Amino acid sequence: MTEVQDNEVTDSIESVEDIKLAAISALETSETSEQLESWRVEFLGRKGRLTALLRGLGSLEIEDRKVVGAAANRLRGELEQLFEERITRSKSSQAPVGSIDITLPGRKPAHGGLHPSTQMIREITQAFNEMGFQTVEGPEVELEKYNFDMLNIPADHPARDQWDTIWIDSETRSDVLLRTHTSPMQARVMEANDPPIRVVVPGKCYRYESTDATHEWHFNQVEGLAVDEGITFADLKGTLYEFARRIFGPSRKVRFRCDFFPFVEPGVDMSIDWNGRWIEILGAGMVHPKVLENAGYDSSKYTGFAFGMGPERISMLRNEITDIRHFFSNDLRFLTQF
Amino acid sequence: MKVPVSWLSEYVDIDMSLDDLAHRLTMSGNEVEGIERTGWIDNVVVGHVLDVAPHPDADRLRLVTVDYGDGHAEVVCGAPNVAKGQKIAYASIGAVLQDAYAEEHGKTRKLKRSKIRGVVSDGMVCSVRELGIGDEHDGILILPNDLTIGTPIGEVLGESVLDIELTPNRPDCLGVVGVARDVSAITGKPLKHPRIDFEATGPDVHTLASVEIADPDLCLRYTASVIQGVKIGPSPRWLQDRLTAIGERPINNLVDITNFVMFELGQPLHAFDYDKVIDHKIIVRRATDGERLTTLDGKERKLDDEMLLITDPERGIGLAGVMGGANSEISDSTTTVILESATFHGVNNRITAKSLELGSQATLRFEKSLRSGLSEIGLRRATRLILEIAGGEAASGIIDVYPGKGKEQESVRLDQSQILRVLGVEFENKQIERTLGNLGFELVADSDGWDVRIPYWRPDISIPEDLIEEIARIVGYDNIPTTTLGGRPPQWQPQPEMDLRMRVTDALVQAGMRETISYSATTGEGESRVMLPEETASALKLRNPISADFTVMRRTLREAILSTVARNSRTWRGPIAVFEAGRVFLDFGEGLPDERQMVVGAFAGPRNELHWDASTDQSDFYDAKGAVEAVLDDLGISLTFESADDATFASGRTAVIKVTSANHTIIGTVGEVAGDVLSRFDAEVESVAMFELDLAAVLKVLRDSKSDDSGKFEEFVRLPASHRDLSLIVDTGVTVGQIVEISNRNRIVTSATVFDLFEGKGVPEGKKAVAIRLVYQSPNKTLTADQIGKIEQQILNQLSKEVGAVLRTQ
Repeated sequence: MTEVQDNEVTDSIESVEDIKLAAISALETSETSEQLESWRVEFLGRKGRLTALLRGLGSLEIEDRKVVGAAANRLRGELEQLFEERITRSKSSQAPVGSIDITLPGRKPAHGGLHPSTQMIREITQAFNEMGFQTVEGPEVELEKYNFDMLNIPADHPARDQWDTIWIDSETRSDVLLRTHTSPMQARVMEANDPPIRVVVPGKCYRYESTDATHEWHFNQVEGLAVDEGITFADLKGTLYEFARRIFGPSRKVRFRCDFFPFVEPGVDMSIDWNGRWIEILGAGMVHPKVLENAGYDSSKYTGFAFGMGPERISMLRNEITDIRHFFSNDLRFLTQF
Repeated sequence: MKVPVSWLSEYVDIDMSLDDLAHRLTMSGNEVEGIERTGWIDNVVVGHVLDVAPHPDADRLRLVTVDYGDGHAEVVCGAPNVAKGQKIAYASIGAVLQDAYAEEHGKTRKLKRSKIRGVVSDGMVCSVRELGIGDEHDGILILPNDLTIGTPIGEVLGESVLDIELTPNRPDCLGVVGVARDVSAITGKPLKHPRIDFEATGPDVHTLASVEIADPDLCLRYTASVIQGVKIGPSPRWLQDRLTAIGERPINNLVDITNFVMFELGQPLHAFDYDKVIDHKIIVRRATDGERLTTLDGKERKLDDEMLLITDPERGIGLAGVMGGANSEISDSTTTVILESATFHGVNNRITAKSLELGSQATLRFEKSLRSGLSEIGLRRATRLILEIAGGEAASGIIDVYPGKGKEQESVRLDQSQILRVLGVEFENKQIERTLGNLGFELVADSDGWDVRIPYWRPDISIPEDLIEEIARIVGYDNIPTTTLGGRPPQWQPQPEMDLRMRVTDALVQAGMRETISYSATTGEGESRVMLPEETASALKLRNPISADFTVMRRTLREAILSTVARNSRTWRGPIAVFEAGRVFLDFGEGLPDERQMVVGAFAGPRNELHWDASTDQSDFYDAKGAVEAVLDDLGISLTFESADDATFASGRTAVIKVTSANHTIIGTVGEVAGDVLSRFDAEVESVAMFELDLAAVLKVLRDSKSDDSGKFEEFVRLPASHRDLSLIVDTGVTVGQIVEISNRNRIVTSATVFDLFEGKGVPEGKKAVAIRLVYQSPNKTLTADQIGKIEQQILNQLSKEVGAVLRTQ
């Protein structure tokens, strides 16, 4: 408690100045948060020196009381501001003992990644796996018989123009080619298994086609086939519609239109609405009776549907990739984006 | 196929917007890829020539006053045919017109106000070429006089052309009538057939000409008519316009008519000059091998004995359904024509056209195996048009040699139940009959379904499913319900090869590697860069490679991954850790090649991303080895690495990967790539560490290890384990593998891990220090320090004896 006498107004004013000097010097030397807190208690606390001085004002003349009181209150404001500044300063530069630089980058485990085609193939096949289709694979070097003949695409038929083919040069036989689509697996799967059939077949395909931003001679396809008694066009629509919902989102508009592929009848093109344009996503249809018969199935008993799509094309659409040639350039600046 | 809407409208009324029409055609199978609009030009209207006055300064120019509805304009005009009172196309300032004087087609210019020989021309009177609707530029286009002045020119001349991407099964839509028939079926508006009747006033056709088919297997039907006294000349405007609109060049009235009918009905025709056909006798036969014919394009063609030739008794006069012969061509002096409309064998026609590289509009149709019924329709239609346009007199009757009569399928049986079976939805009989009826099918109904007659224009219809598609596409696929696949799910079949590849792929990705996919083809020279062993099976050669960069199927992934490393070494500053899991193709000469699944991975550049607490060391052998260990650990396979020689890899820094438990079967290789190999790839890296795993070999190991311990839970020992560290000095030639192997022999030692290696200061020359931690644990008792000490001593003795190891003394 500071003793204040009637005649000690000047002293009182001076003691305001004393407190100020003491406070400023003590504040400078306070470093840790504990020190700062005890400074706050000493000078600004409810039992601190400034409060004590203000409490003692009652003993002064009213006029003096006003002068000293105003000075003391001014000082309180000043000290409070200095204290705030000091706290801020200490927070930014003067870390507490044992603190670390939390802005240093962490130790990230190295992360690899799947090729975007593989990612898309897995996403597509998984969607069908969950609808009961099993994933199987087949040969990329294929016989004309499976790639064309058994699929109702006879030699010298204009329908073959839809598939420009790269052939294998062999002395012994002339019917070996690089498969132009994954569809030969329709014939192979049916030849080797009895119904029911539900498979999806991802894999590389090859076409004799000049390359540009939207055409590659080397690409992936995912084929699908379901054959059993009682499978209908309505099932085809339901299955592919569900697939489109999963890959493109539940609110995506989907349309089915008539198209032609020699190994299906009726033939289907499924398109989705992409920013107001219809983009063809897959070709499909009911398995042509001749294809069933060629594989040894009784077409009066069994029906089925088949479909095929290009995972790179879907990936290009979803990821806004403008050049299909990126996929097999193996540039890490491309691959690491997926 | 280009289909001008004005032409289409001749056969069916269109009462919807073109966009709607395009949509409905697309949905029903004829995809409209675009709608081209020609003749729609802003600032060009119908004008009326009020006055024509001479130009004060130029004899050949005139001043034309035009009323264009909103006012009058004075235009300088050079056309000789402009006259007072005409309706013309007036272009005001700002109109964008075709540049009639530009070399290149399609160049436009914007009309500006200009002075011509001192007189300001306020716009222009346009020619056909300037309007972009034809080539003519000798004078202005004169419009019909009944047009209203000021009408936008598009309303008069505008044409919209549907660009339809046809599917190969619909040759009927290679004729405008075929497309109109689809429109009719979609909209319910009736089809207006073009007229095929004609007045035959001439002598009996059989007295004028004759036809014989010597090879009826290649010519199902040959119909012909003879028209005498025709006048060859340019076609009338409407016919020229029709052809121009679809991009065909008008030639003369006879040729234009045959073309027109082909684009109208889909039946190719050919006209011969009657007087040039010797004896007026046509014989259809195979050519003799080596026989020659000069075709219309002036080229001499060498034929073979599978090509069908149209001949007269002495020589070939046309290549059947491909191209006519020059010797019987229609010319300006032709007065009598023999008109041919035949049905040739599709496949034969296609092969002939392909081998002579003579693809034509005719083959585009014939190759689709047209039905013989169409030929007579085409003949009658063209004969009618010739009489109408070129005049003359038609002989009575037609020649019709028809060896294929009755040999084509005539009808298809369609049961009501089949529709439900295929589509999963039932339709009322009335709807089916109406839908098919609108497409021109004739149906004879009975209690179960229909006998459906195949119309002459639809060679693609042969089975009930074809008709079911017809119903579905006209009803609209969107109107068929959507159901979920029910029934029995098939039995799951194991796919071990694929599963293994996916597992290995995932393990490598988890190990921080990036998957790549390369082209499966390469070149012999490219592949030789990795020095494949000579005993590698031969490569599959491509008969028609897409480019010189891809001539053989790859036999290794090593080349691919090194190319990937090289490519990225120039652009990628961080670690390169890449792998490819794919097939190589090994030709063993019998049947299809062995498509072997391989995995190859490579590390190059810094091991870590630049980081404040990571080493900046370059990756090396141990990164590749670690990746292999990670993958095979994941599969539960324990490995032995054995020093080996392999020409791709640097000697002394390479190992074969063996499976300990499977008689040391080799499943792959790991090493640092040899410098000379690397230099052939232009890789901007110091070294590349690479591994290769043969997944077929891995799979075999997994299959053979019947007592598959991997994945089986082993009860762990609950007694405490102790560890002791040893610091050993050994010769530098002693391997860590030897030390670990010796230490591990004691069954109380559960693990031996080298944790430090040191050579240099404090270690004698030729020696190295190896720090190893041994973990001791007994399955049935807690080991005392004494017991551990004893075992440790035994191990030290053994190490000393076998590899000369001594304890390092500090």
